[in-house]
Amino acid sequence: MPTADEVKARIESGIPGAEAEVTSDDNVHFSARVVATEFAGLSLVDQHRLVYAIFGEGELGGSIHALALTTETQ
Amino acid sequence: MTDQPENPLRDALADAISSNEVILFMKGSPEQPMCGFSARTCAALTATETEFAAVDVLADPRIRQELSSLSNWPTIPQLFVRGELVGGADIVGQMYESGELAAVLGAPATAGSDPLPETAEPGSAPPLQIENRLG
Repeated sequence: MPTADEVKARIESGIPGAEAEVTSDDNVHFSARVVATEFAGLSLVDQHRLVYAIFGEGELGGSIHALALTTETQ
Repeated sequence: MTDQPENPLRDALADAISSNEVILFMKGSPEQPMCGFSARTCAALTATETEFAAVDVLADPRIRQELSSLSNWPTIPQLFVRGELVGGADIVGQMYESGELAAVLGAPATAGSDPLPETAEPGSAPPLQIENRLG
């Protein structure tokens, strides 16, 4: 099971320049707030797609049962 | 991508998305959501007094798989308005709070900052049963 710190590191290495705050009470359900200039000009749907794309097929809904996500450009 | 002439489920999903102005793919039904994220999304739609079609992806595992490949969105729920993916529970919740959801749905934007009710009122439309179209 990934820890919140591992999920944070994955997001920050997956999106250059991103800063992520990740919390989890159980290492299964995660809540993340991601700030990245790369989101600028993208719809919310596309911003979330960028974060989801970091995680492999089956990982979301699998070992990461839920990832509540907020994305911001700054 | 290769052509897949025989994909009745994908066709049924595409048809449901294009023929319903507001359609929510969720776990469970608006009356009995089977997941907190689906419940919250229903509650936001209900709070904006929007009629919406609902599809229970738990009815058949192939629905979720095919939907995610069609929408390029990995999680459930998924809200479509006029054929476009609006988002999942987080985006719908965020847009509800900002009043944007009401704007997208064409509803009066008065509900904007009200807190979401804990439970959704039953939706007015009967659930679409995509699984019944499976061979």
